[in-house]
Amino acid sequence: MSRVAVLAGGQSLERQVSLRSAARVRDALERLGHDVIAIDVGPDLVDRLAETHPDVAFVALHGRDGEDGTVQEILELVGVPYTASGPSACMRCMDKVLTKHALRDAGLPTPDFYAFSQTAFESLGAARALPAIEERLDFPVVVKPAAQGSALGIRFAPTPADVPAAIVAAFSYDTKVLLERHVAGRELAVSVLDGPAGPEALPVVEAIPRGGDHYDFEARYEIGRTDFVCPAALDDETARRAQALALGAYRVLGCYGFARVDLMLDSTSGEPTVLEANAIPGLTETSLLPQAAEAAGISFAAFVERVLDLALARTPA
Amino acid sequence: MTIDETPRGSGSAGESHRMARSRTTARDLERYAGLFARRTQGMKSSAMRDLMAITARPEVISLAGGLPDTSTFPAEDLAALMSRVAADASARALQYGPTEGMDELKSCIVQVMAEEGMDVGADDLLVTTGGQQVIDLVCKTLIDPGDVIVAEGPTYPGAVPTFGAYEADVVQIEMDVDGMRVDLLEQMLDRLDREGRTPKFIYTVPTFQNPAGVTMAPDRRHRLVRLAAERELLVLEDNPYGLLRYEGDPLPPLYALDGGEYVIYLGTFSKILSPGLRLGWAAAPRPVLEKLNLGKQGADLCSSTFGQHFVIEYFARRDWRDLLGSLRELYRRRRDTMLDALAEHFPREAEWTRPAGGLFIWATLPDYIDTTDLLARALREHVAFVPGRAAFLDGRGASAMRLNFSGVGDDGLREGVARIGKVINEQVRLYSTLTATAPAAPRQPAAPASETEATPAPESEATPAAGPEAARIVPLRRRAG
Repeated sequence: MSRVAVLAGGQSLERQVSLRSAARVRDALERLGHDVIAIDVGPDLVDRLAETHPDVAFVALHGRDGEDGTVQEILELVGVPYTASGPSACMRCMDKVLTKHALRDAGLPTPDFYAFSQTAFESLGAARALPAIEERLDFPVVVKPAAQGSALGIRFAPTPADVPAAIVAAFSYDTKVLLERHVAGRELAVSVLDGPAGPEALPVVEAIPRGGDHYDFEARYEIGRTDFVCPAALDDETARRAQALALGAYRVLGCYGFARVDLMLDSTSGEPTVLEANAIPGLTETSLLPQAAEAAGISFAAFVERVLDLALARTPA
Repeated sequence: MTIDETPRGSGSAGESHRMARSRTTARDLERYAGLFARRTQGMKSSAMRDLMAITARPEVISLAGGLPDTSTFPAEDLAALMSRVAADASARALQYGPTEGMDELKSCIVQVMAEEGMDVGADDLLVTTGGQQVIDLVCKTLIDPGDVIVAEGPTYPGAVPTFGAYEADVVQIEMDVDGMRVDLLEQMLDRLDREGRTPKFIYTVPTFQNPAGVTMAPDRRHRLVRLAAERELLVLEDNPYGLLRYEGDPLPPLYALDGGEYVIYLGTFSKILSPGLRLGWAAAPRPVLEKLNLGKQGADLCSSTFGQHFVIEYFARRDWRDLLGSLRELYRRRRDTMLDALAEHFPREAEWTRPAGGLFIWATLPDYIDTTDLLARALREHVAFVPGRAAFLDGRGASAMRLNFSGVGDDGLREGVARIGKVINEQVRLYSTLTATAPAAPRQPAAPASETEATPAPESEATPAAGPEAARIVPLRRRAG
């Protein structure tokens, strides 16, 4: 039995999802007989950790601060072991531009892209380069803020005329945006879970938008607007390739404990390609990682216990 | 929480408590989901709702609420009146009351309606649990799944979930400075008629509309009432703000023009006394009123007798117009503060309404700005507003926003508008950089010009060919002819 601090909430736009993930984690921890301390992450985080002396922290935060390495650095500093990836992997996952560069450098497939900071447009005349980018990527393109975990701010731009407004929207969430070639195909999510024998890929989940609207990004992970199939209806070879790619991405990005890698199965080439990785994917009742774990015969409680053991086993960075 | 009239919750303490008691698993969720009624499919959570939930943080200046300022009510008055209720009517105040409401309260309501020129009998009234219950009861009484409700576009965001819960098909009619375009309404009614569909009712907030802040012109009021009579359609006139007029002459409510034939009137004590009382009322044609009454019996038997006693006592011991007068003073000043701040901080490309009363201003930004995304950016500056999409059921309103000026003090209003203006200006500049057009000259030299603005560029197409005066007044699209 351990004294576990569950870190939740915080100031990120994904606060609500974090609260739901944390509720479920706390429930599982209590059932497992652990002593649970709930901490809504705020200015008193360091004080709360000092007061409560947890053996380990379960980081159930999503988005800014919680998933981008900030909270992980603090936990390293105060010497509290914690679940999931360390600061550098978190930074690489949270920033889609870093993710894609790391994957590309390692020779792993990810859709072509160009990234810009707000300064590039404001001070370096990057707007002049837009037509060239548009030429190289072909339309449609997808415009994304570099660091936003949910679907917020992701826009589909069918023509060059749609790009400026999409960029403005993306800059609402971050100071860096990327324009990515749109890959048509099936949306897959592969969760990876560490274990005694190293990381293993869980069964593939497929997200199928109802009504076939692949461009409504907000609908993607909303119950009733998207169907999730786990394991996905894929032939063994394709499923294996998707899992191998996810594992490769997990290793390249330096993840630890667990993570979720989102892929597109390109309908033209039939090959999977990596869209992004989530260092702390959602753990709610409707989230994909718990569904995949369950499909692999790993209950939510077993998942939580394993992740906790991994956190305690990790030697301080 | 609704994004509209509900104040911030109990904060993180409440949330951690809720966090503690969740026992749902994926399998549970499926099990419950199988039991949910079909109409709950219309009640979905959305990214916008998650965004709105974080506007409740204490450091955020929220111009997103619709809250009256209750601090003006003297605490000693509340204490004295409550003591009197306790001493004089303890047993009655603690007991159930009649479904239709207490007679003495109805006399108060008659007074309030008379203030706006309406002549109503006590028998025409049903006391409700806030004005919101009237919307719910009217839907409950009139709407079968798929029935048409005609509403304004934009409409009161708080009515949207109610319409959704009864599976209504809501048709929204465009507005301009003079309120609902009744000419377009007539065209829509003709079209529906050709399709063999009759709307069950027309929902309107004719005076100081929420969220648009505009008021229906007298000729349109007459025409709407005439239309309703000719076509035998019901109108639900939602009038929470009519008495909160800061300038100009009062206009007759639809109920006064129609004499209670086809107009169901919704009134409330929330904006003239206190929303915490949860007391409103309906005045309706007798057969409709009887059905509303039956609906209310099923919903809550009766509205709080305790609250009703408080209002009765208040009307007996104080002149209710005094509080109303001080609220008008307060809100008029805050409206002017917000209008001044908008003129100072919002870019020339923006337009907004200049309400003569009520609690809200509706601002429209260039169409390349999405106010849901903008809200995410604004929250980083600790300021919030309601994105325009919340006032539409069909995805319109993406570049508009609702701003409330009643719930925040003058300094907060100025600071809040300045912060929103800052992020809008940032996006306007960025967009013009991206499209190589020059943004319109800022109203004030306050905004620092970026280097790119120095290069001569063609005039922006987004810039309306209107002077500052027009930009200040033009709210929604102007009347066609």
